[in-house]
Amino acid sequence: MIVLWGSNARETHPIFFHHVLRALRRGAKLYVVDPRRTSSARWADGWLGLDVGSDIALANAIGREILAAGLENRAFIERATSGFDAYRESVEPYTLERAEEITGVAAPLIRELAHAYARAGRAELCWTLGITEHHNAVDNVRALINLALLCGHVGRYGSGVNPLRGQNNVQGGGDMGAIPNKFPGGQDVEDEASIRKFEGAWNVALPRKAGWNLTDMFAAMERRELDTLYVVGENPAQSEADQEHATALLRGLKHLIVQDIFLTKTGELADVVFPAAASWCESEGTVTSSERRVQRCRKALDPPGDAWDDIAILCALARRLGADWPDYTPRQAWDECRSLSEWHAGMNYERLDALDGIPWPCYDETHPGEQFLHSRLWEAPLRGPRAPFAAVEHDPPVEALDEEYPVRLTTGRRLDSFNTGVQSGGYRSPLRRGETLDISPDDARRYGVADGDTVRVTSRRGSILVPVRIDPGLREGLAFTTFHFNDAVATNLLTIDATDPKSGTAEFKACAVRIDPSTGSG
Amino acid sequence: MDLHFTSASATDAERAAVDAALDGARAARRDELRHLLLPVLHAINDRIGWISPGALNYACGRLEVAPAEAYGVATFYALFSTTPRAPRVVHVCDDIACMVAGVPEIDAKDGEIVRSPCLGLCDRAPAALVVEAGDPPRARQVAPADAALANGAPVRPAVGGAPLRLLQRVGRVDPESLDAYRASGGYAALRRALDIGPERIIEEVAASKLFGRGGAAFPTGRKMAAVASAPARPHYVVCNADESEPGTFKDRVLMEFDPFAVVEAMTIAAYAAGCERGFIYIRGEYPLATARLEHAIARSREARLLGDDVMGQGVRFDVELRRGAGAYICGEETALFNSIEGKRGEPRNKPPFPVEAGLFGKPTLINNVETLVNLQSIVLDGGAAYAAIGTPESAGTRLFCLSGAVAHPGVYEVPHGTPLGALIETAGGVPAPHPLRAILLGGAAGSMLAPDALSLPLSHEAARAAGATLGSGVVMLFDDRVDLAAILRRIARFFRDESCGQCVPCRVGTVRQEEAMARGDVVALDEIGRAMRDASICGLGQTAANVIASAGGNLEPWSS
Amino acid sequence: MVELTIDGAPVRVPDGATILEACRAIGIDTPTLCFLESLTPVNACRVCVVELEGSRALVPACARRAEPGMAIQTDSPRVRHSRKLVLELLGSSVDLSTAPDARRYCERYGADPRRFGATPATVAQPIKIDNELYVRDYAKCILCYKCVEACGVDAQNTFAIAVAGRGFDAHISTEYDVALPDSACVYCGNCIGVCPTGALMFSSEHELRARGQWDEPAQTQTDTICSYCGVGCTLTLHVQENEIVKVTSPIENGVTHGHLCVKGRFGYQYVQNRPPGELSS
Repeated sequence: MIVLWGSNARETHPIFFHHVLRALRRGAKLYVVDPRRTSSARWADGWLGLDVGSDIALANAIGREILAAGLENRAFIERATSGFDAYRESVEPYTLERAEEITGVAAPLIRELAHAYARAGRAELCWTLGITEHHNAVDNVRALINLALLCGHVGRYGSGVNPLRGQNNVQGGGDMGAIPNKFPGGQDVEDEASIRKFEGAWNVALPRKAGWNLTDMFAAMERRELDTLYVVGENPAQSEADQEHATALLRGLKHLIVQDIFLTKTGELADVVFPAAASWCESEGTVTSSERRVQRCRKALDPPGDAWDDIAILCALARRLGADWPDYTPRQAWDECRSLSEWHAGMNYERLDALDGIPWPCYDETHPGEQFLHSRLWEAPLRGPRAPFAAVEHDPPVEALDEEYPVRLTTGRRLDSFNTGVQSGGYRSPLRRGETLDISPDDARRYGVADGDTVRVTSRRGSILVPVRIDPGLREGLAFTTFHFNDAVATNLLTIDATDPKSGTAEFKACAVRIDPSTGSG
Repeated sequence: MDLHFTSASATDAERAAVDAALDGARAARRDELRHLLLPVLHAINDRIGWISPGALNYACGRLEVAPAEAYGVATFYALFSTTPRAPRVVHVCDDIACMVAGVPEIDAKDGEIVRSPCLGLCDRAPAALVVEAGDPPRARQVAPADAALANGAPVRPAVGGAPLRLLQRVGRVDPESLDAYRASGGYAALRRALDIGPERIIEEVAASKLFGRGGAAFPTGRKMAAVASAPARPHYVVCNADESEPGTFKDRVLMEFDPFAVVEAMTIAAYAAGCERGFIYIRGEYPLATARLEHAIARSREARLLGDDVMGQGVRFDVELRRGAGAYICGEETALFNSIEGKRGEPRNKPPFPVEAGLFGKPTLINNVETLVNLQSIVLDGGAAYAAIGTPESAGTRLFCLSGAVAHPGVYEVPHGTPLGALIETAGGVPAPHPLRAILLGGAAGSMLAPDALSLPLSHEAARAAGATLGSGVVMLFDDRVDLAAILRRIARFFRDESCGQCVPCRVGTVRQEEAMARGDVVALDEIGRAMRDASICGLGQTAANVIASAGGNLEPWSS
Repeated sequence: MVELTIDGAPVRVPDGATILEACRAIGIDTPTLCFLESLTPVNACRVCVVELEGSRALVPACARRAEPGMAIQTDSPRVRHSRKLVLELLGSSVDLSTAPDARRYCERYGADPRRFGATPATVAQPIKIDNELYVRDYAKCILCYKCVEACGVDAQNTFAIAVAGRGFDAHISTEYDVALPDSACVYCGNCIGVCPTGALMFSSEHELRARGQWDEPAQTQTDTICSYCGVGCTLTLHVQENEIVKVTSPIENGVTHGHLCVKGRFGYQYVQNRPPGELSS
């Protein structure tokens, strides 16, 4: 059984969905939880069309129903988890009836998913940004993990919880330490033993405290504590929520360096721009996919003009700053990583080539890599800490709907496009019909608009003109758009920068807007 | 499924036609809807006269079938049109028997003339089929057809031979009366079958040495036993009533004039093989047989001879009638399954064989009409008595379709082993003064024999020894006025028209064969024929050169 | 394991293996056109037929499972005759100019496609160019069904195309032959990826060929990872003169099975969209 929660994998992860479809042909069941009846949902045995931001209420009700029906995996809970009693208490108020009221999903359908999930021999729970682009993203994820723990659907072949990564190396970036609280290989930057290990290897003194995430950085810019920013391969001037505000902060920096393959909107604001080679085809290296598979990227093209490999830029910059760095090759950098990260120790280039990539952890050069994590939870006696349940409560989107802003706007991707469109805008897709605001047939009637008519969409932060597309997969009061065509339709002028305090992600998935028919041109 | 539709939308009439076809259709789950595609396409074509993009979109939305796939299915069948067409269409047979009889010049009037392969009315050639779309749609066979399409009321068929077993009721018992059927001994066999039980039925069928009358001559008892013992469930029984072999009309006569016998025989077969659901797949060009079978099924259901409690014995069995839509290939058993399943009628690779994986991938007992209606006498009189008829290797009587240069064209029933000449004499012989020049035995996939073959005993083994086949029982006679080369060219065109197009040897080979015939390229004919016989997927391609090869050996068609 | 003999030599293959796999296990090069490891065998081309003792007709090696005691001939006169004729029939009706495998087989079996008279019927027809990414030239189509399977249940499950018509008129088509942009097509390019004859072609390749600049021997092929989502699809970049001219994926790759989506297949262009003055000479 597969549950896709807040994920339209048919369009956003098509080749992952290819594997889902193969499973369906072999008899697997699919449930899709999504406010929109997406193309993924159209393949599902059950579609739970919840209201945006009511995921926790739904998950807790599923948990409560599983417990009420006595379908939980009692033995697993007792051996391998902690915090169960508090969890049980926390979900008690989430009756099917109450959940139906909060989420808009019919109680029998919630019950059906609860029973199907609990009874499944193997069950995967997969999510994407529908879960994480909320002000309470971490709580959303915890709510789903609770369900996996409740049924023991974790740590076994074919069972688990899976965030489907939206970018080709978002997993690898974190694994390599490009997050504020980790060294490469998931080692804690505030752990003294880890700090000493890396200080020894790098022959430098390292800070004892974790750094800032992107949201923290913008907050620090606001406080004028951060005045110099080095941006590598990101376009925050367009990808951040509440775009006008973000751009103003970037303009206010003392010094902005941008390293990118394009002169992005952020690059246009920069003091210094380092033109870089495209990492996936103009240079060598590795990326790590959603299944933790470390894979080789290889150089197929010479980069244009004066563009350099990222690693060459970094080494040259380090030398200018007085460090004694030679020109490392990607392979040398990788081998150093392997010497410091247990997860990656066994992954030499030869093995990565021969095995089409290896999932971490891979402890030595005979280890095949682990296909799935957390199998230790099934060992007796239990090795390592218990897996904790987390009591989490429903907390609706920051912006409630009201008379002035009565429509819920949610954002996402379309099949042929990607994020701010700097990459996907480069090819001539016959599927691309420009940006649209997708609304339900009911709303189209209410506003008296037809396919292609331009409307004005206004939130508390900004206002844009955009053509309408009628999507029968949407229900009344729900609108959808993307930010693929920022230059034409700057969707992130509308979105809210309410962020999750633990992960720093913004609530791109939920803001309140007003739609007005417009005769003006876009 | 995330289907995509063009902007074309259906008219009210098109929607109504689709809805009517689907209302009451029993399909529990959405993935069980696909098999209703062919009935739905029929419904649209019958009501409107053609299948428009909007109608197809609407049908696909209801059935959850991709429009491209449905279009692929719709364009496979000759009776459907996917371009605008007049509601009135006259299908005029120009196949062998009608060609010899003289195809009438019909005035199209407000309709459209479509030339047709054999309409199965060779005993009354030339033939036409008039179809008028509407609500309700109308279809009538006209034979013999004149330019005005004046007549065509169904006449009593000419039947003959002795003793009549399979044809005993034809023309003598009211085919629309269940009481008359029962009064003439009908349903006694099912009663006995329910008494003796499935194992005993299969034993008797095995003892009878009955073999399939569709052309492949496989022992029916072995098929039945294999399905009965197949572990996978459910089991299906299918009656192959897609009689489309040029020159063949015996199954039509049985269905038109003794339809209850077909239903009863299927019920016996289903009971023996453990099937609760059966399908009759009847060719789309047989409106009268379709109506009479529909009537017989409905009456049998009312009388609880079909349904959840057959004859009060707790046995469950019901039959659905499915119409073909103009595709000879659907007489091939696996193509027929695909057609019922709502797919293009393309044959499947074998193995697996139908007894293991047939309709919907389940064990399936498939027999043609004539084979099935033998079951009654086997059950009633015992297998041994049946095996005593005919020859030791070819048990029972056999139906032959006599047409062409013969005094009384019709269906004749004779014991296996009867000499070909004697059969022809039973039908009154070849009228003087024109002497017999050639005999088409077995159909377009059979062989062309010279007059010296009149002594051939009509048994499976004797035919095989002579390099021929009884096929579907076609005995079409040609006198010396007939241009044999033209007959052979028509047969070549038939196979080109009817090839499904799936495999290269048949798809291109049948075209090259027709071209080579026009050129008189004997070397190419031989080489193409051998490749088609050896490398084609199914019997159509494998036999598409048979008549031409046999004519080359037995006669001198190119010199006439 | 199943034991059988092929051309007199004993062979042991795992249960469920096909005759084709058994042939390959002992190094017998069996021609195939409609077969692909990642697709359900349709055994429509019949170029892989072999002689099975006791079987009236030849059997397709790609689809027929090996059974204990089978005696197979792969190079008997009957086999050679059928393979040669099948290739002649194809070559006489279809433009095989961009079908390297078919041409190689024609040579091996001495097939002479010009032997069927002066004006044999062909599938010649105008090329279809109705979008920016694909070109469809059905005059080159041998109707192997691979594109239909790749668009359908074997990979993409979009069902934008199917076989329509019957017999020699059978052809690959959208519903009512509407242009691809009006169809369900999502431009994954998986149909092109499996096409054995060049009937389906990326516009990039078609345009270079039309200009006489397609130079396959000069191209490099480099495997790398797609730059879009996190699934980790391996892309094989076909590069000519420092330009990506085509993207495929290895069929044996466990992530892709050779299939990609529109972004992986066509989304590379951003690395080589250069101002007009900078076009490589």
